[in-house]
Amino acid sequence: MIVINVNGRDQQIDADPATPLLYVLRDDLQLNGAKFGCGLGQCGACTVMVGANAVLSCITPVSLVGRRPVRTVEGLGTAGQPSPLQSAFIAEQAAQCGYCIAGMMMRAQALLERNPAPSETEIRQHMAINLCRCGTHMRILRAVRRAADDFKAAGAPGDHGNGQRSL
Amino acid sequence: MDKVATPPRAAFDRALVRRGELLAAAGDCASCHTAGDGPPYAGGVPVQTPFGTIYGTNISPEPQTGIGSWSEAAFRRALREGVSRDGHLLYPAFPYDHFTHLSDQDIGALYAFVMTRDPVRFQPPANRLRFPLQFRPLVAFWNALYLRQGPLPPQASEDAVWNRGAYLVESLAHCGACHSPRNALGAERRDAGLAGGEAQGWYATALNDQSPSPVPWTAQALATYLRTGLVADHAITAGPMQDVVHSLAHADAADVQAIAGYIQAQMGPPTPERQAREAASRQKAAHDSLAAIQPSTAPPADEAVLALGAAVYANSCAACHDLGRELSSSTALRLPLAVALHLPDPRNLIHIIRRGIEPSDGEPGRWMPPFEGSLTDEQLAALAIWLRRQGTDAPPWQEVLRTVKESGDAP
Repeated sequence: MIVINVNGRDQQIDADPATPLLYVLRDDLQLNGAKFGCGLGQCGACTVMVGANAVLSCITPVSLVGRRPVRTVEGLGTAGQPSPLQSAFIAEQAAQCGYCIAGMMMRAQALLERNPAPSETEIRQHMAINLCRCGTHMRILRAVRRAADDFKAAGAPGDHGNGQRSL
Repeated sequence: MDKVATPPRAAFDRALVRRGELLAAAGDCASCHTAGDGPPYAGGVPVQTPFGTIYGTNISPEPQTGIGSWSEAAFRRALREGVSRDGHLLYPAFPYDHFTHLSDQDIGALYAFVMTRDPVRFQPPANRLRFPLQFRPLVAFWNALYLRQGPLPPQASEDAVWNRGAYLVESLAHCGACHSPRNALGAERRDAGLAGGEAQGWYATALNDQSPSPVPWTAQALATYLRTGLVADHAITAGPMQDVVHSLAHADAADVQAIAGYIQAQMGPPTPERQAREAASRQKAAHDSLAAIQPSTAPPADEAVLALGAAVYANSCAACHDLGRELSSSTALRLPLAVALHLPDPRNLIHIIRRGIEPSDGEPGRWMPPFEGSLTDEQLAALAIWLRRQGTDAPPWQEVLRTVKESGDAP
């Protein structure tokens, strides 16, 4: 039995230690936000956060996660109460088919938590790993920019009461 | 030297400008003088040295912040003697100890090229150097000790291509700036030219007869590598060398061929030891999986570390690096043939695993995902230890975990 912490809750997983984290999230925990794209760490659709980092969950075996907290797009907000980053994606209409978006958001989230005021270049370099086949990259970049600017306008980071930062 | 009025573009012969463009690519002037996505040759690139951070200067033809008021004579003096137009001494992060050997002709072409770029008004940030190195006249002592001016005598026993290669490697291409070891004062050690050095935290491999490459280089393979960054089943470029390759792709093809020929000549014909290493490496690479290799001469190691390394490999690496499991669009390097496993220390391997490999901006190329964050320091260290043991017959690296922790600069 493997125990991992996902979106703030410990979860007991009965899986082969070699199972990619992505499969555990989707198949065992029914967290279907992270997507299977290429399975080879080449596209970013499976991006989630492990600790403070955005990682490619399709090439991260569940046994290597250990006690580092995992965060998925489901941990950011809900349809009724989207997180500030999700609100920025909505405001910029930064999705077409949407397959890449959960990964895009988690990669952006990792950036903004580390660097709340990234430059345009920093956003582009950080997001470069994640691909969007619809070609919505420009809107996605705008959404990340908007989230950072909203964050700045709102002043110091707040707290949603769930221990997570307010981005 | 006196200021001059910026010469008009029309003053320069177009063929001369083009020659200068090819030479600037061979010297990769942009790597220090063009910042990321900044305007070409406007400077501002931070160059990290053991003595502090030095910012590449603005060499666009802008009179106030660039070199728009420099005569060709001032430009030549800077390259040959490390002296700025106004007489202050330049720091040897600018490799004038190499450029000093450049011919008048080539300096003229480089001058024509830079003076016909777009002028950009930009003042790079001030250098941040350790005390007392802010005091530039100190460089005079360095120059007295280490600067050997004048042209390199051609070797009559070698052909013209060899001599062209020698000239380019030792002057404009300044390969030794990274690939030669440096002494305590930051000067290249003449007794160990191209014997392996350092660049931005990466080990720059030895290019002499100490070449650690498991597959001995041919001049042709080197030329392909230098222009494309990739030789199948042999090498893929990573780290600071990527920029060099990106630049050499735009240099004169014959010049790059000459550089490759000269470097290969420095490596010499493979010694019996290197031949044996190649045979062993190819034999290991022929296994379906790296995990199937029985380490022959490896000394005992911590079983728990090896088990962890094997698990990380099986679940994160094998999908691309084991035989028969290659991607449809490209082929990952067979790891026993990868030079990173054969180096004196694990820095390059750790950097590559952490950061992955991505083609230069706007270039097609192979791509390896970054494992930063996926793997903990302990997992990364175990993987490196296991890869070294499985992929080579070399002695184990020491202090791998410490190297992992010390090189964990990227967030």
